[in-house]
Amino acid sequence: MSLDLAAIGIVAIPLLSAGLLLVLGRRTDAWGHWLGVVASTISAVLAFVILFGLLGRGAEDRAVDVHLFSWIPAGDLSVDAGFLLDPLSATFLMLITFVGTLIHVYAVAYMEHDDDRRRFFAYLNLFIAAMLILVLADSFALLFVGWEGVGLASYLLIGFWNQRTEYAVAAKKAFVMNRVGDMGLIIAMGAMFASIGSVEFADVFAAAPELSEGWATAIGIALLIGACGKSAQFPLQAWLGDAMAGPTPVSALIHAATMVTAGVYLVVRSGVIFEASPTAQLLVVIVGAITLLFGAIVGCAKDDIKKALAASTMSQIGYMMLAAGLGPVGYAFAIFHLLTHGFFKAGMFLGAGSVMHGMNDEVNMRGFGGLSKYMKITWITFGLGWLAIIGFPGLSGFWSKDKIIEAAFVGEGWQPWVFGTVTLLAAGITAFYMSRLFFMTFHGKARWNDGDNGLPGPVQHPHESPLLMTVPMIVLSVGSLGLGGFLMLGDRFFSWLEPVTGHVEHHEPVIPIPVIMGATIVLMVVGVLLAWRQYWASAVPITPPTGSVLTRAARRDLYQDSVNEATFARPGTHLVRTLTYADTAVVDGAVNGLGSGAVGLGERLRKMQNGHVRSYAALMSVGVVLVLAIVLAARI
Amino acid sequence: MSILNYLVLSGILFSIGAVAVIVRRNAIVAFMGVELMLNAANLTLVTFARMHGDLTGQVIAFFVMVVAAAEVVIGLAIIVSIFRTRGSASLDDASLLKS
Repeated sequence: MSLDLAAIGIVAIPLLSAGLLLVLGRRTDAWGHWLGVVASTISAVLAFVILFGLLGRGAEDRAVDVHLFSWIPAGDLSVDAGFLLDPLSATFLMLITFVGTLIHVYAVAYMEHDDDRRRFFAYLNLFIAAMLILVLADSFALLFVGWEGVGLASYLLIGFWNQRTEYAVAAKKAFVMNRVGDMGLIIAMGAMFASIGSVEFADVFAAAPELSEGWATAIGIALLIGACGKSAQFPLQAWLGDAMAGPTPVSALIHAATMVTAGVYLVVRSGVIFEASPTAQLLVVIVGAITLLFGAIVGCAKDDIKKALAASTMSQIGYMMLAAGLGPVGYAFAIFHLLTHGFFKAGMFLGAGSVMHGMNDEVNMRGFGGLSKYMKITWITFGLGWLAIIGFPGLSGFWSKDKIIEAAFVGEGWQPWVFGTVTLLAAGITAFYMSRLFFMTFHGKARWNDGDNGLPGPVQHPHESPLLMTVPMIVLSVGSLGLGGFLMLGDRFFSWLEPVTGHVEHHEPVIPIPVIMGATIVLMVVGVLLAWRQYWASAVPITPPTGSVLTRAARRDLYQDSVNEATFARPGTHLVRTLTYADTAVVDGAVNGLGSGAVGLGERLRKMQNGHVRSYAALMSVGVVLVLAIVLAARI
Repeated sequence: MSILNYLVLSGILFSIGAVAVIVRRNAIVAFMGVELMLNAANLTLVTFARMHGDLTGQVIAFFVMVVAAAEVVIGLAIIVSIFRTRGSASLDDASLLKS
C-alpha cells in the first residue's frame, strides 16, 4: 500500500465511522461500539504501515508530503491541504492510534451500562480523526482544523454526562479556556502570513531563520499561548482538573495521552521559530517550569484520584514543555517523555477507572485503601505505571525523565542551575504524590464500608474488572515497563527523530551526569519513603484534616479559579453588561427612536383626516390663500 | 364704471360662497355656496373678457355654466340618495372617510 493512501485512510476511516454512528443514531446501538473499535484498529494498522514504510527508507527520505487539494486559493494567500509524513508525525500516529485503540476496547466494557455508548464511540472516533489531522497537517492552517476538532471532541466528551450541571459547566470551562489558546494560534498564523506570506510548514520553517527577532518573538509567544491553552500549561491550566468530569477512558485518551500533548507537538514542530527568538524560548522553559511545580504541588493535596492524576499530567507536560523550550537539545527528549508518559499515564487512568468500576464510581481516595487484595491485575498494572512515573530505574519514565533533567542542567549562566533544580525537585515531589496516590488506593487499611466494619458510606464489594478492561491495562503496563528502555537501546529513538529535531552534539551538563542521576534517585526514594510513612504505615484519616496553608491552597488548585474569576471573569461580565446596556440604550435607542418618531408624526397627521367635508374645504381654502399670498408676495 | 367694481363684487360673492360651504352644515346650502363661487368666477371671466375685448373669457364662462349644471345634477342626486338612506342632509354626518 502506498503511503499516500495510508495517510488518507488513517484519517478518513475513523471520521467515516464517527459520521455513520452519529447519522444512523439509535439504529447502531447494538453494534456501534464495535464499529468504533474496528475503525480505530484499522487506523492503528495503517499507522504501522506508515511507520514501517518510513523505516524502510533512508533517513534523508523519511518525509513524504501528501498533497490533498488546493484548499484556500485567495490572492496572495494560498493554502493547500496536505499531509506530512515524517518521523515526528509517525511517532504521534503510533501513540494516538495504538493507545486510542486500547482505550476503545477498554471503553466497550467500561461504558457497558450507559445507554449512550454508541454516541460515546462516535465522539471517540471523531477525536481520533481530528487528532490525526492535527499531527499529519503540513500547514498551520490544517493543523488548526485538527486543533479545533480535538477541542470539539474534548468538549463533547467532558460533557458526555451533561445531564449533570457541573459536568456541563466543566465542559464549557474547558471549551472557553481552549478558545483563549486558539486565539494565540490564530494570531500566530496571522503574524506568519504578515511576515513570511505563508502558513505552510515548509515555507515558514525555511524562512524562519531569516526572520527579524521581533517577528520571531511575536510568533513564538502567540504559538506558546496556543500551546498553553491546549496543553493546560500555566496560566491556562485551570480547565484540566475539571475536565475529569468526563468518563475515565476520555481522561486517559484525551486528557493524559494525546490531546493535551498537542501543545508540546506544536512547540517541537515549530522549533525553528523558537530558535530564532531566545526570548520566546526562555518563556517556554519558564512556563514549563512553573507548570511542573504547580501541578506537582496540586497533585500532593488532591483526594480525588482522577484529579490527582490530572495534576500529575499537568506537571509531566510541564517537563515536556521545559524540554521543548531548551531547543534542539531537548526536542527529542520532550517527544520521548511524551511517548512514555502517554503509555504509563493512560495505563494509570485506566487503572483508576477500573478501581472506580469496582467501587461504585467512588473517586475519593480517602474512601479507598487496601484494594490490592481485591484487584490484583489493576494493582500490578497500576503499580508498573507508578514505578514508571516516579522514575524507578529501568522503567520507561526513568529514561525519559532523566534525559530531561540532564538536558535542563545544560547551558550557561543562571538558567541550568534554576531549571535543573526545578526539574530535580519536581522529580522528588512526583515520587511523593504518586506514591501517596498509590498507597492510599491500594495499601494501608481499608477505609470503605465492607458491610461489618461500621465505616460510613455505601457497602462496597470491590472486584476485578472484566478482561476487556484488564487486557488494555496489561498492554499499557508492558509499555510503561519496557518502552523507554527499548527505544533507548542504541539511542534508536533519537536517531529516528533526528531528521526533524536536527542533530545535536552532546553537551556536558554543569553537574556530572552520575551526580544528577544519583540525586534523582535519592530524591525519588525520599519521596516514596515520606509517602509510605504517612499513607501506608500510619492510618489515613477518612475526613481530610484541615492541613497547612499550602495544603488548603493546593486543594483549591492554588486559587487559580479565584484568580481567573477576579481578573477575567468578573471584569469580563461587567464589560459585557456595559456593552449590552450601550447597545440597548444608544444603538437600539437611535433606531427605535427614529421609528417611533415617524409613528408619532403619522399619528398627528392622521388626526387631520377626520372625514368632515367642511374641514377639508376650509383647509383647502386656507391652502389656496396661502399659496396665493406667497405667489403675490414673490411678485412684489 | 370701473372694472374694479366688478372684481370687488365677484370677490364678495366668492367669499360668501366659500363661507357658506365652510360654515353651513346643510348639504343643500353648502351646495348653493359652491354655485355662488362658480358664478363669482364667471363674473370675473366675463369682466376680463369685456376689458380685453376678447370673447374667449365669455366662452369659458359658458363652459363653466355647463359644467355647473352637470355638477348640480350629480350633486343633488347624491344628496337626495344620502338623505334617503340616512335621513339627514347634514355634511357632518357623512364622515365615513375618516380613519
